[in-house]
Amino acid sequence: MGPDGPERAVDRQMTFGQATVEALSIAMRADERVIVLGEDIGWGGNFGQFRGLLKEFGPRRVIDMPISESIIMAVSVGAASTGMRPVASMSFVEFTMGAMDEIVNQAAKFRFMFGGQTSVPLVLRASDGVLRSSAAQHSESFEAIFAHIPGLKVVAPATAADAKGLLATAIADDDPVVYLENKRIGSSRGEVPDGEYFVPLGRARIAREGRDVTVVCYSVMVTYALDAAKVLAEQDGIDVEIVDLRTLVPLDMATVDASVAKTGHAVIAHEAWRFGGFGAELAAQISERHFGRLGAPVARVGAKHSHMPFSPPLERAVAPQAEEITHAVRTTLAHRARAVATGRDAGRT
Amino acid sequence: MTRKAVADHPLESADLRRLYETMVKIRIFEERVQELFLARKLPGFVHVYLGEEAVATGVCDALQPGDYITSTHRGHGHAVAKGVRLDPLMAELYGKETGVCRGRGGSMHVADFSLGMLGANGIVGGGFGIAAGAALTSKLLDLGRVAVCFFGDGGINKGTFHEALNFASVQQLPVVYVCENNQFAQFTARERTTSVEDLSVRAAGYGIPGHTVDGNDIEAVRGVAGDAIDRARRGEGPSLLVMETYRYGGHFVGDMEEYRDKAAVEQQRDRDPIRRAETILLARGVDEAELAKVREAARVEVELSVEFAEQSPYPDASTALDGLFATPVVQS
Repeated sequence: MGPDGPERAVDRQMTFGQATVEALSIAMRADERVIVLGEDIGWGGNFGQFRGLLKEFGPRRVIDMPISESIIMAVSVGAASTGMRPVASMSFVEFTMGAMDEIVNQAAKFRFMFGGQTSVPLVLRASDGVLRSSAAQHSESFEAIFAHIPGLKVVAPATAADAKGLLATAIADDDPVVYLENKRIGSSRGEVPDGEYFVPLGRARIAREGRDVTVVCYSVMVTYALDAAKVLAEQDGIDVEIVDLRTLVPLDMATVDASVAKTGHAVIAHEAWRFGGFGAELAAQISERHFGRLGAPVARVGAKHSHMPFSPPLERAVAPQAEEITHAVRTTLAHRARAVATGRDAGRT
Repeated sequence: MTRKAVADHPLESADLRRLYETMVKIRIFEERVQELFLARKLPGFVHVYLGEEAVATGVCDALQPGDYITSTHRGHGHAVAKGVRLDPLMAELYGKETGVCRGRGGSMHVADFSLGMLGANGIVGGGFGIAAGAALTSKLLDLGRVAVCFFGDGGINKGTFHEALNFASVQQLPVVYVCENNQFAQFTARERTTSVEDLSVRAAGYGIPGHTVDGNDIEAVRGVAGDAIDRARRGEGPSLLVMETYRYGGHFVGDMEEYRDKAAVEQQRDRDPIRRAETILLARGVDEAELAKVREAARVEVELSVEFAEQSPYPDASTALDGLFATPVVQS
């Protein structure tokens, strides 16, 4: 925050979309090699995340692409490995599936399989998550798929400030970065630092400090976890610590470790499918590292292993809700209480 | 679409001789690679360029040093033609630390970015968009460079062909798409998989010029490629060139080739690009002894590369994860 204090902070309230436009325009002014290419970006993008860029930088650097996902990606790989820093956009994350060959077999592998001769400094932006009955092909979250592929970095901001800072860092990074912007929080506002602002990749954030249980989450689930924490504090006197991972690859296990070591309880929440989700990796790592001091098995909140239905009550039944975090926290802590009552405490100190 | 005649582009004898040298170098390199593979000296598997030498040679000769190429799984010839030295090229096929990709890529991923050789690619059609991206770099930074995408008659049926040519045409990118029609998509004959016989007619769908060329005629290849590359460099946009050639070997070395008639393969040797270049050179009064010298020099260079590769160390196992990221990521 600047010297002007609160007054300035009020000025700096903006949406996710606006925050990313700011990151992009600063990067484009500073470096002519930064270009943007994607579907429907000239008019501003589905969430306003490109608004104004065409006017300032012109059609040479803000390229409206044909609806040809694989070529959006392959052109970005070719341009990136010959000196540009492309930011590619696919609107909805489901559309990246049409470019998976290029994402997995080219972008992620170029540097490694060519023996480090080249780098692929590109950013792939895509909107994910559930929003207002968008149904099966516009509601999903694929971060586990991307994180599973070696050679890709994966970013999923939860606040407008991080949206700006992580995008700026992703553009400056020399590796391919998948930047996932959740639709539900895309229009939410937050305070955003002025000017150049970088948030390092691989550094989690404590979104709320607490003593009793760690909720590990990212993207929209940070908002849900904050809501849940408020309810739990008021109704149960439970003090929740929330770790917002911010980036999945690189993964900041040190912050997770420190928090779980403190609380002895972990709940993981993401909007993607629980089955085979990124939470499964987190749960495994937490269990491997903290087995003796965990008061309960690591709990996971995520979508049911099904596709997203259109009808609102059905959508709510498949997508994880804030109450499920509340419930998971209560169950996790109750597990220990039960264990103590029956003399089966694992001996946590 | 026009089938260009040889007479359109006669080459000076000195130029033809230079091209002959490159073709011979590729031929002898690939014959040796085939032997080494069958002798179990090379890990993995290899796809050799025997019979198709005129295409890489003629096209790359028309390029300037800073220009880009993308290549295929059958990429050794493209690498040699773009100027990659045989020592690190052979060492890569051995999986040695001194290889062009430090042994991380192998035969299907030979690359030398310092020479604009943006990699052989094991995904059929993988180069379409990458070449367009390199051409976009050239256009946006005003580098005056041209990108050439080599691909096969198998690749022309990929959706990425359509996506890339449309985009390259819309953007008028300095890129030339060179189809090496060796008549087989892996193990399946072109006529069983492809809607048209003359592949270059597909250029019309993108509003760009398309030419079908006798790809075993080094003068025709050099001439037509030179025109398309010059045109691209002038900012007049992409072209599609279809080089009619023939793959002497199987899809990979060791392929039993049950899908084709051996006699048909032998018949194709009458069109051999190297023999045809020799015939022209001899007719122009070049001494047979001089051509023998060219072949001998290539043999020596190839043998030295084998020696280099065999004496080179394997990568240290502790470096197995090197190069995954430019900014290293700690694995937890």
